Amino acid sequence: MTESKQNQVFVTTERCKGCRFCIEFCPQHLLYESDETNSKGYHIVHMDDNGKCIGCEMCSMVCPEFAIHIVTADEEPEQGEG
Amino acid sequence: MSDRDHLEGEHFMSGDDACAEGAISADCRFFAGYPITPATEIAERMSDRLPEVGGTYIQMEDELGSMAAVLGASWGNAKAMTATSGPGFSLMMENIGLGVMLETPCVVVNVQRAGPSTGLPTMVGQGDIMQARWGSHGCYSIIAISPSSAQEVFDMTIKAFNLAERFRLPVLMMMDGAVGHMYEKVVIPPLSEIHLITRRRPDVSPGEYWPYVPDDDLIPPMADTGEGYRFHVTGLTHDERGYPAMNPEAQDKLVRRLVEKVERHRNEIIELEEDGIDDAEVVVCAYGITARVAMIAVERARQAGIRVGMLRLITIWPFPEDKIKRLAGQVKSFVVPEINYGQISLEVERSVAGMSKVVLVPHMGGDVHDPETILEAIRQVVK
Amino acid sequence: MNVPVVTGETTEKHPLEDYLRFDRLPHIWCPGCGLGTVLGAFLRGLLQSGLTPDKVAVVSGIGCTGRSAGYIKLDSFHTTHGRAIAFATGLKLAKPELKVVVFSGDGDLAAIGGNHLIHAGRRNIDLTVLCVNNFNYGMTGGQFGPTTPVAARSTTSRTGNIENPFNMSALAAASGATYVARWTAAQVHQMERSITEALLKRGFSFVEVISPCPTYYGRMNRLPTGLDQMRYYRSNSVVRHGTNPNEVGVGVDGQIVTGKFIDIERPYLPSSGDGNNGG
Repeated sequence: MTESKQNQVFVTTERCKGCRFCIEFCPQHLLYESDETNSKGYHIVHMDDNGKCIGCEMCSMVCPEFAIHIVTADEEPEQGEG
Repeated sequence: MSDRDHLEGEHFMSGDDACAEGAISADCRFFAGYPITPATEIAERMSDRLPEVGGTYIQMEDELGSMAAVLGASWGNAKAMTATSGPGFSLMMENIGLGVMLETPCVVVNVQRAGPSTGLPTMVGQGDIMQARWGSHGCYSIIAISPSSAQEVFDMTIKAFNLAERFRLPVLMMMDGAVGHMYEKVVIPPLSEIHLITRRRPDVSPGEYWPYVPDDDLIPPMADTGEGYRFHVTGLTHDERGYPAMNPEAQDKLVRRLVEKVERHRNEIIELEEDGIDDAEVVVCAYGITARVAMIAVERARQAGIRVGMLRLITIWPFPEDKIKRLAGQVKSFVVPEINYGQISLEVERSVAGMSKVVLVPHMGGDVHDPETILEAIRQVVK
Repeated sequence: MNVPVVTGETTEKHPLEDYLRFDRLPHIWCPGCGLGTVLGAFLRGLLQSGLTPDKVAVVSGIGCTGRSAGYIKLDSFHTTHGRAIAFATGLKLAKPELKVVVFSGDGDLAAIGGNHLIHAGRRNIDLTVLCVNNFNYGMTGGQFGPTTPVAARSTTSRTGNIENPFNMSALAAASGATYVARWTAAQVHQMERSITEALLKRGFSFVEVISPCPTYYGRMNRLPTGLDQMRYYRSNSVVRHGTNPNEVGVGVDGQIVTGKFIDIERPYLPSSGDGNNGG
């Protein structure tokens, strides 16, 4: 198991609608539905990661809300209004 | 435009042909339509002429597609038109409404035939006047022109495109089958004498541009597709950014502007022809082919010593109610011949507001009036 | 070593930020609806295509999918029900340099808009059509549509649809489309690649995407959540490129055959369109 570089996963909580697609499609099964809810009452997805995120972006591609995306370690995160 | 585009000189052509030539001289380079009597000749001529001038003719699968394609072409920076008759006109209503809502310059020609339904396809009618005004759902204003001769069809097609480009909406050319199929002399003036208007473009950078921020005249500059403006337009009620705005406030602001941008410019839009109005005791009010038939009755009445004036509506929408209101005080009656069972006559009645009589001379369609019936109506009101 | 998941408003740029109207998110589609997933695949497919975004226009019709044009930060047109393809035809013919994409749903494209779909295919108009097929009219509350499978329930076929549905891919192919592919919303990679191919294909390219509708079609047909439908797609779909689309309809249950079915060459309109803006 190669040591996963520091991939960062970003969740925009207000956009998550708790559909759980990302949880289903993450090949490493790192995402789970947390107790934290956003203003609409949807349970936000959290990541239980011990460095296993391989940066495959499945979560980001399957998310229908554009609420989760990844910046892989070698990529410099560009600033944007988010 | 090269000489092939603009056929300067004298011609002997039908109203339908004059409509096609007027469009081409107005720089129309896109036609989408569907064959329908008595407008097919427009499509036929456009299918010959547009390829000659670098334009596009497409015969769509129905009038719904034709109207939608015209709107798309206009947003593709083309002056675009379609031509149809009653049945097709009915099918085009929803997308004429989209044209109004997206504020899309285009020209829709309706060579009216006798209806309702299939009616008398090859025979004249003027029964789509109210449909032209109120045909699509919801409140909006429209511009509609009714030419009376092949020459006027040529001239008014150019004006229709100018009005469409200026006010950013579909302009309706309400021809009738008689004018459409009648062959007459048509003089195409030199290009230098033809004044063409094109839509106002944004004067702000793409990053700052919102598609529905109106200028003082209530008309928003129109961006061209494919130039980096990244605009969004929708048939949904929308705000100035073009974004859907599902609330009564946005509805109020938008619909008022769509109506006012036409109504506030009535004087610039409305065109009439007057003959012997000032001292008239009776005024005949007519449009299209009927105006020419009515002129025979007017002359006979004058020979019989009746002071009768002729008010020919070239613009039928917006309706010239101020003009009628001013005349209502001084004339005994208006006589309104039209090839339907009373449509413009209702507008005349509304405008006189009881200050003078209004006598409809109806004709159910399939032929023009017998001048005698109009003359008889004139006699009756002055008795 | 725990990698922090940054939650809350992130400042890091979403990869699709330049092509999505983030100022209009969250969008109106229901939790678990596949439309956002398909929209994301479209935008990524567009990025992969190398087409110049400023020369790409998106036209959509009416319905849930019809709202997609409003979220795309390109020249976009939200037109009338069924007429997106006709509008797009006029736009493309007037300005051939544009890449025109129609993004609409099964009801919009195959019921009220069916006539324009088959004629655009017949003419091989140079357009890309993305048909999101969720087997019902979602926007108006879950009625059956032209693709609803026999026996499927809907708010207007509560005891089971008795009508034989269209097979969208077969319909597009039969009408003359020169590129036809079908995917499910779960096949995010294949969708993206196929959309890039369709965008770069000259002529009428058609991509059907089977997409979950939890609120109506799924709920009324034993797959109540979007996730249920996505799981169903993953375990029941197979990829069979080159299959004759006529042989592979989509039922209320059973296998879903996906893949690129058609990829042929035929003269297209307008033939004058140059190389699609650096595509």
